[in-house]
Amino acid sequence: MNDQNFDNKNTSFSYLESRPLHIGASVPRLDAYEKVTGKEKYAADYYGENLVWAGVKRAGVPHAVLRGIDFSSAVKVPGIVRVLTHEDITGSNRQGVIRKDQPVLVNDKARHCGDAIALVLADNKESLKEALDLIVCDFEPLPGVFDSEQGLRNGAALVHEDNADGNRLLKGEIKTGSGSDAYKECDVIVEACFQTQSQEHAYLETEAGWARLLANGKLEIVCSTQTPFRDRMEVAEALGLDPTLVRIIAPYPGGAFGGKDGVTVQTLLGLAALHSGGRPVKMWWNREESFVSGTKRHAALMYYQLGAKADGTLHFLDVRLYFDTGPYDHLGGVVLTLALEHAGGPYRIPNAQLTGWAVYTNNPIGGAFRGFGVTQVTAAVEQVMDMLAQKLGMDPVKLRLKNATKRGDRSCVGKTMVCSNGLVECLETLSKHDLWKQADDWKSSAGPFKRRGVGIAAAMQGSGYGPVVPDYANAKVELTSDGKIRVYCGVVDMGQGNASTNLQIAGSILGQESGQMELVLPDTDRTLPSGSASASRCTYTFGNALIGAAETLKQRILQRAADLFMASGPHEMALIPGSVRHLPTGREVPLFRLVKFFQDSERIAVHHFRAPVAADNIGVSPEIKLHGLPHTLFSFGACLAAVEVDELTGAAEVKRFLAVSDCGKVLNPQIYQQQIHGGIAQGLGYALSEKLEVEKGRILTTGFSTYIIPTASDVPEIDSIAVEIYEPTGPFGLKGVGEIATNGPLPAVANAVADALGIRVFESPLTAERILEAFASNGRQESSI
Amino acid sequence: MKIAFRLNGKQIHIDAAPDRRVVDVLREDLGMTGTKESCAAGDCGACTILVDGESRLSCLMLAVQLEDRDITTIEGIAEGEQLHPVQNAFVEHGAVQCGFCTPGMVLASVDLLNRNSAPSRDQIREGLSGNLCRCTGYQMIVDAVEAAAEELRDRQES
Repeated sequence: MNDQNFDNKNTSFSYLESRPLHIGASVPRLDAYEKVTGKEKYAADYYGENLVWAGVKRAGVPHAVLRGIDFSSAVKVPGIVRVLTHEDITGSNRQGVIRKDQPVLVNDKARHCGDAIALVLADNKESLKEALDLIVCDFEPLPGVFDSEQGLRNGAALVHEDNADGNRLLKGEIKTGSGSDAYKECDVIVEACFQTQSQEHAYLETEAGWARLLANGKLEIVCSTQTPFRDRMEVAEALGLDPTLVRIIAPYPGGAFGGKDGVTVQTLLGLAALHSGGRPVKMWWNREESFVSGTKRHAALMYYQLGAKADGTLHFLDVRLYFDTGPYDHLGGVVLTLALEHAGGPYRIPNAQLTGWAVYTNNPIGGAFRGFGVTQVTAAVEQVMDMLAQKLGMDPVKLRLKNATKRGDRSCVGKTMVCSNGLVECLETLSKHDLWKQADDWKSSAGPFKRRGVGIAAAMQGSGYGPVVPDYANAKVELTSDGKIRVYCGVVDMGQGNASTNLQIAGSILGQESGQMELVLPDTDRTLPSGSASASRCTYTFGNALIGAAETLKQRILQRAADLFMASGPHEMALIPGSVRHLPTGREVPLFRLVKFFQDSERIAVHHFRAPVAADNIGVSPEIKLHGLPHTLFSFGACLAAVEVDELTGAAEVKRFLAVSDCGKVLNPQIYQQQIHGGIAQGLGYALSEKLEVEKGRILTTGFSTYIIPTASDVPEIDSIAVEIYEPTGPFGLKGVGEIATNGPLPAVANAVADALGIRVFESPLTAERILEAFASNGRQESSI
Repeated sequence: MKIAFRLNGKQIHIDAAPDRRVVDVLREDLGMTGTKESCAAGDCGACTILVDGESRLSCLMLAVQLEDRDITTIEGIAEGEQLHPVQNAFVEHGAVQCGFCTPGMVLASVDLLNRNSAPSRDQIREGLSGNLCRCTGYQMIVDAVEAAAEELRDRQES
């Protein structure tokens, strides 16, 4: 690794059995081979000779003025290379995507327990730990803000004194139709308040990276990230460097789910490498540090009123959302805005008053997490839909079908839905499934002290960046000098499988099998800027760019081969694995020979794609528009949870789960199902067991023995059905599948518990304690049916 | 101290502090980064290795405990380019996503199938419940272990 000529590798698949790469086929993921043998090198796997270990002294207090840092004892520990503080940073010392409000190293005050105070460089892990323990911070404690509603009140402690809006990061307000006045025109109104918790991403690979400063001044950072191109700019600005001298290399992350959408270790590593005397530097947060310092799904408080006509036609929605964004703008305003856009679910609701606040607090940082605000509001709206169905005496599927948006309808923010919309097909497929049709039989066969319920939920998920921030990708495909096809991936594959799908797309267009393909993972020096791995956009946006690049290269190859064969044109030529064939005569030229007739400049094709945006002006403020509202492309889904509750313990167990989703055409059924299954498992953890205990800004659950993510025994058998509606703007008709599945489990489970017990638990996760308490306070007899 | 043990079929000698964690011996001293570390507390199974054929957590094992043992890591279960049936089934059945739990999950599955050659789906789920995965929802891992069990039984018979 200390080789000055170190280069990000090209992955070849020629040693494997070559496979055809057809669109629509379940081609096993090409990254799986190296992962299953332990050969794949993650950011956490970089070491090297003469390595320096870098570690961070964390604040450990939620809100306090930093009066001084005493590291005089720490520097005396044998093996310590340097101790760095904010005084060693020559750049802005600020990070963030929209508001740059997070210090790399604290210079004024700590705003949450995970704030970085000092950076220690050591020869080994043992010295590093000892030195970190010896650093003493002189803090003057400040009163904190630990509740988003309270944070908005007059007199609340201020997290950022320089923010003109107090603790308000963003307020969003949307009114459609006659807004709240439509209340009077309803025959039925239901009202509820829901509270959803912070959720930990809990990726298996904690935040990790490796960096070095080359003699020519270039800073190379290998890191576990979703956003290499954005990281480069953030690192450069925070450290005062020329961005062209920063190179970010992004191996496959060991999971990310939104928690690596932005800087984690990158700037700290860069700073360390600037002071390590040319030695390579490694940083790898331990699990506790990942819990304390990493971002979380925003905890949310959501007040809902939903009104309908007597026949079940939705007429009015009033929503107030309070999102706890913690101390820094880790996309909190964007998360809130997406929540507002989806607050009414995938339904036609002509009159709406939607208001939301993203609020600064001294709790852990709220940030991006698969679903991105949609998960919270879906939990709320899908439960009030069931409450409404009950009040109307209507079947919950029929109520949803009656109000489901179709293409051409307006969403609850007044946006005309122009993309393909398979919501009705999803709901109808669900209603014809045995798990729904035979629900009554299943429920009535519960054993002693058990009660069973079946709940459903529908969802939609917008994809991409919205109307202002350009959602683009630049694909690059190369015919290598030895006749292989090399795909340069600009978007990170954090596990969702897009790198392999990219090979499938390029391979299918260029007629090549896996053995002829090569892959380059994202690298700011080798691949082209293509945005973040987020927002269900990866294969939609990059795939569209890749089709353009692969088609260009294909035409170039066919034309050159036609010229060689003196054929009448490229239409007489066809690409086959490893060769080009002249169709009228059957003669072939292998690609490794044909490439000799290419100049280097011709061997590479690039193509830029920018995702379409909403054309309609729905009258929202420029600020809300900047934060991404409205979207134009949506995926849809409906799901069902069959739940058994133990009357004695309150424990709820999901016995079966059904998901029906419209994510457009499926390019690879196996990868599609992986995304659906994984989203459901995370959603079930959110529904039942993942309870981040936070007491006055301190996380009490900092490991997997106290923060319980689902195991193989906790996730039921899942039925997943794709409703494949062709999306005309998508690559081969595809829409995003990354997030939709994670939205339905919580409301479906909550609706199933309500169905089983006749009571509703309004706060998630639905732990045994909460269910038992609700059950007991409701009175056993009263709730008996 | 000097420690002698078998690693992936080869006898080796190392010089390590007796209280050095085995996961550090493997990853840092021997450069075998296929063994992953995720929680360092015995909660997640990412650092699973086989000790005398049985799954153990290398983050909770000390170097001195390696003496005279037969250790298998993820690097040691394929035969050359020929994947172990469990590895092959993980690839074919979509059991791999981000892949960070995969080495531990594969070795835990090998151990499970050594103890039970025809496990039910519930037994597979229970047998792997010490290995956390955040990506897959486990269903395709269960599919893969079922398929590998069948393949291994077929090989046994033939």
